[in-house]
Amino acid sequence: MSEQLINLAYIVAAILFIYGLKQLGSPATARRGNLLSSVGMLIAIVVTLLSKQILEFEWIIGAAAAGALIGFFAARLVAMTSMPEMVALFNGSGGIASLLVGWAALYNVGNTTFTVVTIFLSILIGGVTFSGSLVAWGKLSEVMPSKAIVFAGQRVVNGALLIAIVTAGVMFCMDPTIMSYEFMAVVVLSLILGVMVVIPIGGADMPVVISLLNAYSGLAACAAGFAINNNILIVAGSLVGAAGMILTNIMCKAMNRSLANVLFSGFGAVKTATKVEGEVKPIVAEDAYLILEAASSVTFVPGYGMAVAQAQHVVRELGELLEANGADVSYAVHPVAGRMPGHMNVLLAEANVPYDQLVEMDDINPRIKNIDVAVVIGANDVVNPAARNDENSPIYGMPIINVDHARTVFVLKRSMAAGFSGVDNPLFFGENTRMLFGDAKASISAVIAQFKG
Amino acid sequence: MEAIFLAFILMLSMFLGFELISKVPATLHTPLMSGANAISGITIVGALLSAGSGQGAMATWLGAAAVAFATVNVVGGYMVTDRMLAMFRKKDGGA
Repeated sequence: MSEQLINLAYIVAAILFIYGLKQLGSPATARRGNLLSSVGMLIAIVVTLLSKQILEFEWIIGAAAAGALIGFFAARLVAMTSMPEMVALFNGSGGIASLLVGWAALYNVGNTTFTVVTIFLSILIGGVTFSGSLVAWGKLSEVMPSKAIVFAGQRVVNGALLIAIVTAGVMFCMDPTIMSYEFMAVVVLSLILGVMVVIPIGGADMPVVISLLNAYSGLAACAAGFAINNNILIVAGSLVGAAGMILTNIMCKAMNRSLANVLFSGFGAVKTATKVEGEVKPIVAEDAYLILEAASSVTFVPGYGMAVAQAQHVVRELGELLEANGADVSYAVHPVAGRMPGHMNVLLAEANVPYDQLVEMDDINPRIKNIDVAVVIGANDVVNPAARNDENSPIYGMPIINVDHARTVFVLKRSMAAGFSGVDNPLFFGENTRMLFGDAKASISAVIAQFKG
Repeated sequence: MEAIFLAFILMLSMFLGFELISKVPATLHTPLMSGANAISGITIVGALLSAGSGQGAMATWLGAAAVAFATVNVVGGYMVTDRMLAMFRKKDGGA
């Protein structure tokens, strides 16, 4: 195939990527959009294989078969609760692929200085994405401690690391010899930087980190596109980069923090919330049933705890019973509920909750005063009124779902321990709050049993 | 000139990306991310060119390793996105 034809096919692929993303604008068309996007990818791959530049296939076939097999089983077998870990690993493999493509581009003859600079960038961004994603995966899967790892002199170390990378990078770009010490230094330091960037970030901030690494994996592909002079890599890479940046921004806004604040300060290290004192009012399943049975509008507010307790299926069952009982049922999802953007929505969709019942924070808050019962399942910070009232709270200013304004609030909680970020939550002592202690799945099943009994 | 031309493409597709993706509803943010993982597997194109163009053993190995990683993204990313999107349904049956 001639160069022109290939580039023409790349344009078609780009159109399909763009149109596919456009269709992701609504759940009704999203699946078709994903299919279109994959057709675009197939076209890009096939025309590349047909190009005259490709002379030998044996390595390609083996490598692609291995990758396809891993991808296939990963996609088939992953549990929806583990999507954050999976996306973290995919970010990482995107990063390392760009690093390797940048590295291999060094073997092209006649690279200009500009090309060498972009090779440096694809190695740097790809390396940071790869090792950073592995650390993020480790934190999410709790292979390593999920809380922020902070040590004395961390900023000095990171500063020195940055200076070292820039120095090695400049020396490498001025004399781009393959396998030189400067080159090795760039690779190794990039990988170390990725680790250093992610370790000081705590578990509750993981949605930001995953989104950011998603953006990096796109930018790494972009840089690799510059390194090998390829349009389609630049177009697709920047679409991914834009997606990651938008999500990062949404996550930061939903926590009322700047990106710099998330990246450079261990969560909760700065302020201690005012201790709230009060009395909790525990109830049992029978009483909860009586209140729910009389309610005409109920909203569920899920958090990561729902995923941990695997309670989404019983929640949906209870939702259906309430609907059959004539109540208006909705599910209010905070943007940072769960460990990645949109995680709760996927879990609820998996449990067969129709997507028109999933509402966003900004939709529910204006009408929360008219909600009879708000049921909080495994969420803490995102419903903590201290974010509105207590200036000393580390989460002060963060937009929350104002469940305390609902007529009655049920909080499902294992026991009276502080939540993930160790914030005291005045919601538990609220006048209209009732605590349903125990495993979320067991508690809801008990209420369902009352409904059926 | 080539560099400027590529930078121009970068600039335009960034803006287009921002426009498109800011319209994706919060409900679909997880499939958006896994779909983005799949699209970032586009590096497979670069990887294929390195692995297959006979520029010596080292370039071939690096390219082949990149092909493997990028294929994980392409295959895994699109499949898991499809699996998730298939679960989103409207109230009265149907997708």
